[in-house]
Amino acid sequence: MGAIYIDQTIHRATINRDECVECYACYNGLSQEHLNPTFVRTVRKVFQVMRLRFDPEPDVCPTAAFEPDELAWPRVVRRAFSDPRVPHESTGVHGRGTEEVKTNDVSGRVQVGEVGFTIEFGRPGAGVWFRDIQKMCRALAQAGVAFEKKNPVTSLMSDVATGTIREDILDEKVLSAIVEIKVPVARTEEIIRLVWEIEKQIDTVVALGVGTRCDASGEDTVVGPILERLGYKLERAKTNIGLGRITNAPAPEFAEQPVSVR
Amino acid sequence: MTNTLHRFGPAESFRDDYVVFAIASKGKNEQGALPKLRKFLEMAAPFKPVNLGDAIHGGALRPSRQMNPTSHWNRDLKPDFQAVINGLDGPTTVAAVFDNRVAAEDFVKAVTEADLGLSINISTSIDGAEQCCFAAGIPRHSVGYSLGFEGKTEKLPNSKVMLLSTMCGHGMVSHSLAKKMIDWVKEGRRTPEQAASYLTRFCSCGVFNPTRAKRVLEEAARGESQ
Repeated sequence: MGAIYIDQTIHRATINRDECVECYACYNGLSQEHLNPTFVRTVRKVFQVMRLRFDPEPDVCPTAAFEPDELAWPRVVRRAFSDPRVPHESTGVHGRGTEEVKTNDVSGRVQVGEVGFTIEFGRPGAGVWFRDIQKMCRALAQAGVAFEKKNPVTSLMSDVATGTIREDILDEKVLSAIVEIKVPVARTEEIIRLVWEIEKQIDTVVALGVGTRCDASGEDTVVGPILERLGYKLERAKTNIGLGRITNAPAPEFAEQPVSVR
Repeated sequence: MTNTLHRFGPAESFRDDYVVFAIASKGKNEQGALPKLRKFLEMAAPFKPVNLGDAIHGGALRPSRQMNPTSHWNRDLKPDFQAVINGLDGPTTVAAVFDNRVAAEDFVKAVTEADLGLSINISTSIDGAEQCCFAAGIPRHSVGYSLGFEGKTEKLPNSKVMLLSTMCGHGMVSHSLAKKMIDWVKEGRRTPEQAASYLTRFCSCGVFNPTRAKRVLEEAARGESQ
């Protein structure tokens, strides 16, 4: 994001709060020393005056200067979509999406003849405003696709039927967010062309993922060829090898109780 | 989260990058999943992974909250796999990263035989994953293709930086740090191993591949294109 910079007037590291997406990479990712800030600044100045390079470890904050802010709504949305260690309340999944094809062997989310799309905005490292995500959601809704119910972006829609995201978060920026939809295989090309059209109107990058169910011999002879025909060179994939099974105990059945009318 | 899916690079660049991960599905098989997830990690260790991690606590190389000025000269670059195994305390995604196909194939074979009942995924080149399945004698169940990055790609840095930073799909490895590390290795200020270790510590789920990072840094220092 480049949200942290040295303010030339106060000569201190400063955070651009508009650009900061609350990913907490500075707080969680940096190792910490607990040195006196005045001492550290003095040492740096002495080296600077002597034109000597100060060459400490690049992933260490010498003064442990970062402190997490108490975030309130709507800013807390930034953290939910940017800090992978925070579970999104609506899904319980750490991160920005749902289990999608990762657990398809037990969830059966994407069946033969279907295609699951993950349309991820802002990745890698560019970030995205919710107002841009809404453009894509509205276009997809207009095309009559169904949004994945357990997806965090879907949970923030004020009107799922139109793909409208609640107004109070439209000006929030996040590191990335994923919209998930599922359509019949026959609509694969139509959806990709729609994404191509809308992504031109969005001020960020888009990462497309396409999930499909393989046949009994483990082959995909349907979706891959469509993607290649559209010009994609298929290099990398996440492959579910089908070892999962349902093991949870069935939910207890409650004894039927007579219904009384008051 | 598609945190390992969209790694940047052609299929050939994943020759030393195999992420095998286990996940339980909420409402389907998360009950009693913790010991199975721990077993998955324990089983991975003998196959010499280059990283091991869980999505809550991080990988085998983590930042420290209690450093002192002398640590700048004697930092431990050795991954602590046992800390990852011991630290697992709830159902989450756990991952093992391998830098060669044989180890990944052998591990997938072992996991298949162990029959943990969890969903197991392999994230690498399409061909690499197929070979792992073939070695284990199982057909692929589902596949999630990465179609790469599109849209305003002018916002993205150069390909060497992308090869490094996209190894943390959560975006915890910044483009700026990746670029700085390439420059530092070029200038001889740090070794590729040291630079790779700085990047690895930022990955919050332990899927960053330090071996691939080291190779990319070495190639970048020599001015080689991918």
